[in-house]
Amino acid sequence: MARKLLLEKAHVEGIRHFDVYRREGGYAAVEKALKMDPAAIVEEVKKSGLRGRGGAGFATGLKWSFLAKPEGVPRYLVCNADESEPGTFKDRYLMEFIPHLLIEGLIVSSFALGSNRTYIYIRGEYAWIVGILEQAIAEAKQNGFLGKNILGTGFDLEIYVQRGAGAYICGEETALIESLEGKRGNPRIKPPFPAIKGLWDCPTVVNNVETLAAVVPIMNLGGEEYAKIGVGRSTGTKLISACGNINKPGVYEIDMTISVEEFIYSDEYCGGIANGKKLKACIPGGSSVPILPANLLLKTAKGETRYMNYESLSDGGFATGSMMGSGGFIVLDEDQCIVRHTLTLARFYRHESCGQCSPCREGTGWMEKILHKIESGKGAMSDIDLLWDIQRKIEGNTICPLGDAAAWPVAAAIRHFRDEFEWHVNNPSLCLTQNYGLAHYADELSVVA
Amino acid sequence: MVKFSEDKIKEVEAIIARYPQGKQKSALIPLLHLAQEEFGGWLSAETMDYVASLLSIESIEVYEVATFYSMFNLNPVGKHVLEVCQTGPCMLKGSDDIIGYIKSKLGIGVGETTADGMFTLKTVECLGACGYAPMMQMGMHYKEHLTPAKVDEIIANCYNHK
Repeated sequence: MARKLLLEKAHVEGIRHFDVYRREGGYAAVEKALKMDPAAIVEEVKKSGLRGRGGAGFATGLKWSFLAKPEGVPRYLVCNADESEPGTFKDRYLMEFIPHLLIEGLIVSSFALGSNRTYIYIRGEYAWIVGILEQAIAEAKQNGFLGKNILGTGFDLEIYVQRGAGAYICGEETALIESLEGKRGNPRIKPPFPAIKGLWDCPTVVNNVETLAAVVPIMNLGGEEYAKIGVGRSTGTKLISACGNINKPGVYEIDMTISVEEFIYSDEYCGGIANGKKLKACIPGGSSVPILPANLLLKTAKGETRYMNYESLSDGGFATGSMMGSGGFIVLDEDQCIVRHTLTLARFYRHESCGQCSPCREGTGWMEKILHKIESGKGAMSDIDLLWDIQRKIEGNTICPLGDAAAWPVAAAIRHFRDEFEWHVNNPSLCLTQNYGLAHYADELSVVA
Repeated sequence: MVKFSEDKIKEVEAIIARYPQGKQKSALIPLLHLAQEEFGGWLSAETMDYVASLLSIESIEVYEVATFYSMFNLNPVGKHVLEVCQTGPCMLKGSDDIIGYIKSKLGIGVGETTADGMFTLKTVECLGACGYAPMMQMGMHYKEHLTPAKVDEIIANCYNHK
């Protein structure tokens, strides 16, 4: 059994409530942190090697160290709970089952950053979780861990929950800030970065739910001890939300030393492919990251075992690798159509584009239309090249990463499954009733030395 | 006339108090949620103008926001809105069949409301329930692991608790 740092207590009866959480050792990180110098807490987080768990994987301690501290200007911490990346439902799980872990992480992090007013921006659809979080906040306040003069240290903190209203783009930190200011979720041009000019033009740190929850074990263990868990620059544990055609969809906390094969087939995790089918493909880190055929998923192009960590999942770059991303692990079995699946993702990004940048606004619409054309048996060979051309013109040409996020799934689908696209074009009526199937996608690859 | 009750006005004031002085516009999205719940499940121009007046902002600032976010309904909807997810992970688990089943059961298309005003069917993009697919949102809650039988049960329950 792998070591758990976040979800170990998630199923203790009554853990949603302060008394049980406290009895199980909760809020010890706050007691420890509030006796420390805030700068020393930032140092511990740096030493831990913690990387942002929202998808980008940027070093959290480094991000914190960028926060400007002008005299007399408030600073803000904002927790990004706008979990919207298809395949990702780990933050929901954490907030629903062990809300006090997030609140505890927020108190420590707010103290470290000097925020006296911290907001949790949660996607609007997670409406019932708002009540769970507000209950946890109220309990923490009753017990002196929030409000004025926390534990007699002179530190004041209020935490508020803000609901979004249905917009994937608000997971992008500057769009989130705009939304929190009561505006459309249009990302801002950077620089200035939020660390300098964020919420209400004040210095702001925006971190993902899981990232801020991980600050609790970092405090309890110390940064160095935390960094010993995992491998290389993939320290600590990671929540993976697994879905698609597997026997045991759900949220798993892994230490990042297990192989992808073990994660898919072990009964401790996904429990294998459902209905006795074969693995065809997988998107290992949320819908934006490149899809990989079974053979490249389980082994790298060099023929080495692929592991569930940042480095190994991205081994080979986009040519033969993918990304850890948000940990949204989507598994496709041999009966799934790559063209159709890619079409649903293209539709998603078209729907979620904020419309500010032309390459994204127009390009996502074109990609959806062309994919729809190919999927419905009306495509031409030139459409596949056109699709490739459009995604290439979106990538890197937009204010925020949504353009890239829309381009990458299409690019990877064509890169690895071009023959399936061509089969659709060559078999316009057959493709309406049949799937291309597993084809050669699980075959052992010849390793080029 | 569109107007919150005294209790709701207290709630509005508490929401505005979450933000620093002068930053009351931040309360806009929470207030639109509240208004949509209170005033028939959708936001009329009159409702949006009222919310603008509560926050001392221009009506256009409210329209801009209300039209951006997919959870705000700008037209009347049925008593129950069935919002079925159709993105990749749900598609892999048969969301197309569920959408088809609801369409034929209720005799409406996507975006339409039943003649008795009970149900509106919408398709939505990923709601973060991928491991529990196929799924839909109904009001404040998620209905997960959907099957035709489960859809029947949900719809029957709505009629029973009319």
